[in-house]
Amino acid sequence: MASPAPIRAFARSLHHLPRRRVWSQQQCLVQRRRAATYTSPHQAAQISIIQTAVDANSERYRENAASMRELTQRLTTLHEEAAKGGTDKARQKHVERGKMLVRDRVTAVVDPGTSFLELSALAGHELYPGEDVPGGGMLTGIGTVEGVMCMIIANDSTVKGGSYYPITIRKHTRAQEIAQQNRLPCIYLVDSGGANLPHQKDVFPDRDHFGRLFYNQARMSSAGIPQISVVMGSCTAGGAYVPSMSDESIIVNEQGTVFLAGPPLVKAATGEEVTAEELGGGKLHSEVSGVTDYLAVDDAHALILARRCISNLNYPTAPNPDLRPSFLEPLHDPEELDGIVGTNLKQAIPMHEVIARIVDSSHFSEFKPSYGSTLITGFATIYGHPVGIIANNGILFSESSLKGAHFIELCCQRNIPLIFLQNISGFMVGQDAEKGGIAKNGAKLVTAVACADVPKFTVIVGSSAGAGNYGMCGRAYSPRFLWTWPSAKTSVMGPEQLTAVMEAVGKKVDTGLRDRIEKESEALFSTARLWDDGIIPPSHTRRVLGMGLQAAMGGSVEKKETKFGVFRM
Amino acid sequence: MSSVSRFRALRANATSLPHRSRRWTSTASEPTEPLKSILIANRGEIALRVGKTASQYGIRTTTLYTDPDRLSQHALSSPFAVNLGSTDQYLNGERIIQVARERGCQAIHPGYGFLSENAAFAKACTDAGVKFIGPPYKAIEAMGDKSRSKEIMTEAGVPCIPGYHGAEQDPKHLEQEAERIGYPVLLKAVKGGGGKGMRIVMQADEFHQQLDSAKSEARSSFGDDVMLVEKYITTPRHIEVQVFADKHGNCVALGERDCSIQRRHQKILEESPAPNLPEDVRQDLWEKARQAALAVGYEGAGTVEFIFDNDSGEFFFMEMNTRLQVEHPVTEMVTGEDLVRWQIIVAEGGKLPLTQAQVEEQIKNRGHAIEARIYAEDPSMNFIPSTGKLLHLRTPPAGESVRIDAGFVEGDEVSSHYDPMIAKLIVSGPDRKSALQKLVAALEQYEIAGPVTNIEFIKRVCVSRQFVDGEVETGYIPKHHDELFAKEAAEPEVLAQAAIGLYESEQTRRDHKSPITPLQTIGFGNAPQPRQFHIVETSSDPQIQNKPTTVQILKTAPKTYHVTINSQTYITTSHFNPSTSTLTSFFPHTRLETTLIPNPTNNNALTLFTRGRQYRLHLATPAWAEKALGLKDLAHSVLAPMPCKVLRVEVEEGQEVKRNQPLVVIESMKMETVIRSPQDGRVRRVVHRAGEMVKAGTGLVEFEGEDEGGK
Repeated sequence: MASPAPIRAFARSLHHLPRRRVWSQQQCLVQRRRAATYTSPHQAAQISIIQTAVDANSERYRENAASMRELTQRLTTLHEEAAKGGTDKARQKHVERGKMLVRDRVTAVVDPGTSFLELSALAGHELYPGEDVPGGGMLTGIGTVEGVMCMIIANDSTVKGGSYYPITIRKHTRAQEIAQQNRLPCIYLVDSGGANLPHQKDVFPDRDHFGRLFYNQARMSSAGIPQISVVMGSCTAGGAYVPSMSDESIIVNEQGTVFLAGPPLVKAATGEEVTAEELGGGKLHSEVSGVTDYLAVDDAHALILARRCISNLNYPTAPNPDLRPSFLEPLHDPEELDGIVGTNLKQAIPMHEVIARIVDSSHFSEFKPSYGSTLITGFATIYGHPVGIIANNGILFSESSLKGAHFIELCCQRNIPLIFLQNISGFMVGQDAEKGGIAKNGAKLVTAVACADVPKFTVIVGSSAGAGNYGMCGRAYSPRFLWTWPSAKTSVMGPEQLTAVMEAVGKKVDTGLRDRIEKESEALFSTARLWDDGIIPPSHTRRVLGMGLQAAMGGSVEKKETKFGVFRM
Repeated sequence: MSSVSRFRALRANATSLPHRSRRWTSTASEPTEPLKSILIANRGEIALRVGKTASQYGIRTTTLYTDPDRLSQHALSSPFAVNLGSTDQYLNGERIIQVARERGCQAIHPGYGFLSENAAFAKACTDAGVKFIGPPYKAIEAMGDKSRSKEIMTEAGVPCIPGYHGAEQDPKHLEQEAERIGYPVLLKAVKGGGGKGMRIVMQADEFHQQLDSAKSEARSSFGDDVMLVEKYITTPRHIEVQVFADKHGNCVALGERDCSIQRRHQKILEESPAPNLPEDVRQDLWEKARQAALAVGYEGAGTVEFIFDNDSGEFFFMEMNTRLQVEHPVTEMVTGEDLVRWQIIVAEGGKLPLTQAQVEEQIKNRGHAIEARIYAEDPSMNFIPSTGKLLHLRTPPAGESVRIDAGFVEGDEVSSHYDPMIAKLIVSGPDRKSALQKLVAALEQYEIAGPVTNIEFIKRVCVSRQFVDGEVETGYIPKHHDELFAKEAAEPEVLAQAAIGLYESEQTRRDHKSPITPLQTIGFGNAPQPRQFHIVETSSDPQIQNKPTTVQILKTAPKTYHVTINSQTYITTSHFNPSTSTLTSFFPHTRLETTLIPNPTNNNALTLFTRGRQYRLHLATPAWAEKALGLKDLAHSVLAPMPCKVLRVEVEEGQEVKRNQPLVVIESMKMETVIRSPQDGRVRRVVHRAGEMVKAGTGLVEFEGEDEGGK
């Protein structure tokens, strides 16, 4: 408590002064008026700093950290195994032929010291009973080549000869989709035997099957997105169209082959006996047929040629024009996310703490902080990129939905990309909610999300259930990227609720259903089926978003004006 | 110059020899006329050195340069600079005198080399009325003639190396002469050379046997077996005395210099006083040197060279250099005097500033000085000169006890036209040990990238035990060859620094725009993989390829590297400063600060300076380069070790050659080098013919490969 003494003294001094002196009136004015006091930027910034309440010594934090560490360690092991590719024998054979392993190829093609954002590294995990397809037989990701951000799509021929399983097709087309949306030049490192024939029904006939690969190449090329391919192994049948439909292609001599039908099929069809090299080797295609443009002596040489092709694209490399000139790392250590979140989704996730460990300087300009507070909205920057963040902090109510839609409108108006941090069990249910028009208010959020044409990024940090998945930009709402945290779960509803509902409608619930639903909602199950672009360690959320933002906002960008649908009022 | 003074100058020179004794007693002080303007008829560091003193005394200097030298430091040092044109014009005396007259220069300072010991030039200067800053031409003439100089010295009582050069060739007579000279003696064919027809006779009883063998070799090699006999000195030292004389008959010895550490008969380390030299011998040397100078009526700066027999303590006159020498700063450091200033005083007709007693007093108080000549040359390739741009040059801080006389700055080109000496580093200390220690410290701070230098080699000599003990001799380098040329492989940390440096400098090269963040590994994934750098320690000999060491690097976060070498992994925090090209890395056990200088014309070459040592490294040629670029397999061809001219080709195409058989004789920096066959084999192609100019590293002779041998 401040002592009243000085005030009394001041009053006394006034009392002893002559009453009608002009300057005493001014004195009074000083008393009432607040002048425009200078506020330093540092003082002003204080209002945006997210305060933390995390106690790293608490028991709960330690338990959380331990359980998350266990999970991430398991995932690390799975990634390491998948990263090896095929069997030791297959890799040995590959290397003995003088070929580089797929990861070494990718390392050689990207600029030293730049980050590589690998996509769906666990694709195909435990997907085909009795068949192991590590990484889906393919490595895809975004890397910087000669200063240009590119999509790299590389077959791993140590996995089933690089043949295309359904999941391989999915991974290939998803990479192309990302490239197309973000206008990233594509580099195909081709080393594949073509479609996996036993699975032909799931790789050939449908719209998004094998044919789509070449359709995408043609469409991207027509949209000015360069397509470069390096033939480093076989490239048979349909695969032959990858180099053939590229803008420029490189082939490794006495290693790469391109033909519509291989020697055995040719013999069967026409009786002609010919070696693979004579039929579609590097020399033939570079000197005679002109299918390829450059002849390389080995993998390393081919990759240097590919880098040179990229340097000659004259492709825009400008960073995001809205990029802030400088940024600071978060005030709070992203590593703490493990201890904050844990793996038990029944615990609420303190979303402010999460945001504080993702954004620059832990600065967050929260929008409508007191209204509809189960949805957090606000502005921040990540590696200097301005972003709008929408994060769940509880169930979605009408107010939170309206606030979310409002915020999306703001970001679209201002061309600010949106980041969704999902931990949502759904929209509120019940009579009160329905009375309040949760259906139409929720629909406003869904409409806004669906129509927003600024780049959207989704990170599933906890659960992603029901219509909450839609309102928070799930896979169906075409975010540019979607990543999941190790403990995340995606499903219509939790296994308990599902069982209860099933029983309520009189269905007999088999004994394994609960466990099956549980398993099928796990991140590992999702990522194996490419329902996301990869599982990420929580502490790397900032990094993947940084790469994603650069891919979406930098270089060549397609400007899109957002036009919203009808919002039911 | 007025006609009167010119007349005086002429008279003084004309009369100096016969009237020497009279001048000794002369006390009349002739009026001296200060020089106002001089022409420096030289280049490089000595031209700068002379200019420095001249400008200190307000004397205007005019410098000369040739086309290849137009940007060199001496040419830029004075606003009065005259272009002489082609490379050899520093030797065009007539032209230089003409320039001096046109430009109103009263005197010419010839420096060392070029015209400095050219009696005809000295005479022409005098005749043209331009003072020659140096001795009278007659003294140059007298000392320039080896046999005449020996006669004069013997007459003056200066000991010369005993020998017999007579026509009487009777073996008995020769043996008597050998007896008179005293064993061991050297038998040498008068027409001999290159060690042929030369024998050392240690004792009398083997004299005839050795004589016969020498004669027969001489007959077969030169068709002439006339022999001379000389005293053979087993452990000779090169000790020289700096003398100074004026026109008034004064002559002082400014101490001696030991210049025994030599390679290819050229000095690389010079020091004063000479180590392990008894005081009476030293005094005797000085006295004999002064006698030698006085015997030829010397004026100005001169050096009397003696060969000193370490075994007997005797010394013999070899020759007198009638100029200021390269190593004069050593004497300047021990005496505290400016010898160029003294030269100017003498040229002006003044008296020597100090008497002999005063000189000795100053030397006593000043301790020891040692000079290292820093050459662009490759010690491991028998000191062949190296050329190229000085990509990086950092010198130790100069001061009272550290002096650097250099003719080059960073960015200058060491051309093959002139002497490849880059600089002289002179260090002084209260005694020899402390001077040596300081020299090593200074050499560790001396960084030169571009041409190969002898800095690392000099450092080795300076810490070689016998040298430290003062046990010097002219054969020191060959005698301690194994110690001085031992290979010292680069430590793994240094290779790590090279790889990180290459990695970082490439990033800074790219990141002129804002980098794409984050610059670290992302996710659980294992891409990218570590990158391998195959780093090779550059071998000077193009025939020898050192094995590459694989350094594996994974950058995990900005400034954090996992470096694996020889299956050992270090985690480093590294920061690269592109403006100084310095990489600072904190290894778990140490901090390394390394300056990396890539060669812009050869991206694979990298010079590193760390912990006071230079490392020359390069990246191994990629496996694909040979096929993709059509590079020849170097194992089958012999390469030129330096830019050169092919003088002779000793083999023909298709010829079978043995290992070490001469293939080609090349010339570079005015030196002939024989390129020998590295292997037995058959010559497939002679790439360059006699008279052609060849770049370093290009093939001279190609051999047939093993695969073609059978065809």
